[in-house]
Amino acid sequence: MEPIQIAERLKERFPEEVLDVKEFRGQVSVTVGKGRILEICRYLHDDPDLYLDYLIDLCGVDYLGKKDNRFEVVYHLYSIRHRHALRLKAEVPQNDARIDSVMPVWIGVNWHERECYDLFGIVFSGHPDLRRVLLPEDWEGYPLRKDYPLKGPDTEWSGFTDVLERSKKYRQFDWYQ
Amino acid sequence: MEDIEKPFETKELTISMGPQHPATHGVLRLVLQLNGENVVKCTPYVGYLHRGVEKLGEHRTYFAALPLTDRLDYISSMNNNVGYVNAVEKLFGIEAPERAKFIRTMVAEMGRISSHIIWLGTHVLDIGATTPFLLSMAQRERILDLFEMLCGARLTVSYPRVGGVRNDISQEFLDLLYEFVLDFPSNMDDFETLVTENRIWKERTVDIGVISAEEAVNWGLTGGTLRGSGVDYDVRKYFPYDAYDRVEFDVPVGKKGDCYDRYLVRVGELRQANRIIKQCIENLPAGPVMADAPKFTLPPKDMVLKDMEHLIHQFILITKGPTVPEGEVYVGSEVPKGELGFYFVSDGTGKPYRMRVRSPSFVHASVLPRLSEGGLIADVIANIGTIDIVLGECDR
Repeated sequence: MEPIQIAERLKERFPEEVLDVKEFRGQVSVTVGKGRILEICRYLHDDPDLYLDYLIDLCGVDYLGKKDNRFEVVYHLYSIRHRHALRLKAEVPQNDARIDSVMPVWIGVNWHERECYDLFGIVFSGHPDLRRVLLPEDWEGYPLRKDYPLKGPDTEWSGFTDVLERSKKYRQFDWYQ
Repeated sequence: MEDIEKPFETKELTISMGPQHPATHGVLRLVLQLNGENVVKCTPYVGYLHRGVEKLGEHRTYFAALPLTDRLDYISSMNNNVGYVNAVEKLFGIEAPERAKFIRTMVAEMGRISSHIIWLGTHVLDIGATTPFLLSMAQRERILDLFEMLCGARLTVSYPRVGGVRNDISQEFLDLLYEFVLDFPSNMDDFETLVTENRIWKERTVDIGVISAEEAVNWGLTGGTLRGSGVDYDVRKYFPYDAYDRVEFDVPVGKKGDCYDRYLVRVGELRQANRIIKQCIENLPAGPVMADAPKFTLPPKDMVLKDMEHLIHQFILITKGPTVPEGEVYVGSEVPKGELGFYFVSDGTGKPYRMRVRSPSFVHASVLPRLSEGGLIADVIANIGTIDIVLGECDR
């Protein structure tokens, strides 16, 4: 099925949820509201004609000052049986940065959602193990947000200062005592 | 005597394997809960090599972000470059000339051989065989020498460029490569004699880390790890890029989805890669190696040194970047580890608004608990080897 046809079917099935359909370089992206994302994903996965059984990627995008809803969570879906692809985008506002986890549909999304939480601070409700994955647990801030400086925060991470302190202490260790 | 009569008690033991461990292939840390030798729970920790490639990419022009991709999967940087330039070309709406496409296909398959062969060597070494490792490294050395001859670098090559490749290849290079291609099948035979039917090897890998086809798709596995389970998903066949639709090759698939099947798949891929290189050399078309799209590709260097127009042009492209249409693209490519995808959001300036790297190793590392839990601790080593992860790519 052509991706634009999938978008039309999605619009028929969820008329209030589909906000926008765009095509660029032959790739179709469908923007939806975040409210019924789990239901939409389950429909895309289970419907025998669509059967988007393979989640290639999930990532977040920060549109600070460009769009009303600051964040977008982007799902790249593909059907190995029917060989068609679709890009699904869910808008997430800044004041309520949470969205349902789609782990019940695709279990492999686990670490992608953790990464998105780690780097953007978007909370995936229903995720069984939502911890930071790439950064240390006690890191402050969300690096891929547009208002996070490229060179990092002004203060060093506490774990690094700890190591420096400890190395100072061990340097004074008396081996011949 | 009293001690002997007491019932035998065991308790669970938690150990931390890595991040400094020779069998974890980089800085992967696993926290294992053990009951005797059985793994009860396995929790991977990654991120030790996180360098913020995605954030850096947003602050560089499309040309300047190319060397960052070398450092993703540092043992097959050529494939990362090819994947990156293909994604950028799709976004720009330009196409590389035929000769450049064939060259890129050829060098990407060389990268695949060099990556798979180091995987074979280290995987076999982890499980206890030393000789195949030495054989495989000798072959890899020949590929790296060829890369050095091609572009001056052995590991971080940055040879493909947006719109083509950096420089044309010489006849001498082609001759040496052809020699390698002719030798390679017999070298692989030597390797396989030592491993494929080896009883110890089979006992360590057959029926270890089994994952069914449906489950593998649901987990989002790609590359050899997915094809070992019997799904023939290969980006080179499903979304042909470069010259992959003009060369003949088969996609080897496994049946059961255990470590042994994944091994057979990758050995098959090595032979297919060799076949692709041979066809590329034989059918290499003549012509330019850089696309004629002055708005999006850097001008030739000799012209920049002679001509004012080209100098200004180069200056603008390097400092400001090209003017890119607004939009977003996702382009995947088949790297040795699986599917490496680049997702660009362009806001019309010379730098990507968002550059997302979908790395196969990240997904494959997440499947490790699924493969390891319920097995023995010795099988954890086999499982780490079989999913073929490189932590530089996993952590980005």
